[in-house]
Amino acid sequence: MSDINIKITDREGVTHDIVAPTDMAMNMMEIVRSYELAPEGTIGVCGGMAMCASCQCYVLSDHKLPEMGVDEDMMLAEAFYVEDNSRLGCQIPITPELEGLEIKLAPES
Amino acid sequence: MIKTDILIIGAGPTGLFTVFEAGLLKLKCHLIDALPQAGGQCSEIYPKKPIYDIPAFPEVLAGDLVDNLMEQIKPFEPGFTLGERAETIEKLEDETFVVTTNKGTKHHAPIVAIAGGLGSFEPRKPPIPTIANFEDKGVEYMIREPEIYRDKKIVIAGGGDSALDWSIFLADVASSVTLVHRRNEFRGALDSVEKVQELKNKGKITLITPAEVTEVVGDQHVKGVAISQKDRESFVLETDHFIPLFGLSPKLGPIANWGLDIEKNAIKVNNALDYQTNIPGIYAIGDVNTYPGKLKLILCGFHEATLMCQSAYKRIFPDKKYVMKYTTVGGVEGFDGSKKEAPKAVVKAIN
Repeated sequence: MSDINIKITDREGVTHDIVAPTDMAMNMMEIVRSYELAPEGTIGVCGGMAMCASCQCYVLSDHKLPEMGVDEDMMLAEAFYVEDNSRLGCQIPITPELEGLEIKLAPES
Repeated sequence: MIKTDILIIGAGPTGLFTVFEAGLLKLKCHLIDALPQAGGQCSEIYPKKPIYDIPAFPEVLAGDLVDNLMEQIKPFEPGFTLGERAETIEKLEDETFVVTTNKGTKHHAPIVAIAGGLGSFEPRKPPIPTIANFEDKGVEYMIREPEIYRDKKIVIAGGGDSALDWSIFLADVASSVTLVHRRNEFRGALDSVEKVQELKNKGKITLITPAEVTEVVGDQHVKGVAISQKDRESFVLETDHFIPLFGLSPKLGPIANWGLDIEKNAIKVNNALDYQTNIPGIYAIGDVNTYPGKLKLILCGFHEATLMCQSAYKRIFPDKKYVMKYTTVGGVEGFDGSKKEAPKAVVKAIN
């Protein structure tokens, strides 16, 4: 089985149980878009280059995520509504280790 | 009043290529873009990033793609209204359109092609309480006239190129420049970072990092900003102007109020035919449109632009017969008098 279960809370506060494939080279931003959990044009604006922060999310569970790259780190340094658990969804690849992950989308800015 | 055949809203790759396809049909184009330069997202967000799915270009930098398009359309002498946002559209009795920008520039054309991508780029406004009360009363999200800062105290917030570059520029204009950033590190061109360091050492720029502006204070005009730093009490720094520079983000903007059918922040078009919107004479091409199976790819924008120009031609000249000509056969005749064509074979006997 190459799918994992994750919980995504959208910007309206509704939590969705999502099944995400680990074998499609997808990232969290793309999962959110594929399930249309945020309106088109308000997420993944730069296409996934860590250059816009429209896919910012808060990691609620204590999963170990891949370390932040320089681009992501510097983008978050300029983004709004940033918390200690902020990450950019486009920089989180969907892997089997993320089974049970819980995230919340940051407000649109 | 600027007059043209096809008025293109958005000077990204799709809008630029439209000029070429229209030019082959002897139609003139004028482009409006909210950004001060052509190229749209390719120039503004990722000029140094490679693109791998442009047909016949195994790899091309987004910035180079724009340069190439500008070179390709040069013979067709497109006009540009840059740094202005298309605000309103008016349909005249003769079915032509007048589009007016936020600065009042008027454009008149029988055809409007919206190639607006994700919308016009607007400055990102930090979520600071009370900031909205001071917009244009000391809070500016972009710098239009540097002279208004002469001998004033200013605070700039942000950590990218524009925050660095304006801090450097205004260090010679303003009476004091304070740069506030959430980190100690800045992301920008190396020489900008070094220059800020140098000006800081000379005492011409005050750096407050890591810190955040959390409030704007004043009455009729900005008088100061509250600055918060971790593990320290926040304090109010006196200033005449507060300039948050946190980059730009695209918003569909006024186009959303033009009476066009909108779905998912995009304009619905007839993709079976010619990418026309619900308003005859207004087309939408590239990332800004939507239809079943839509893909937001530059190459799809090029295709849409090509078909759209054929339809525009028929609309402008309903009685003219036209057959598409290959550029290899017909060459490219510019409005500037230039002509490119395939070299003719020589017919010569060999003895």
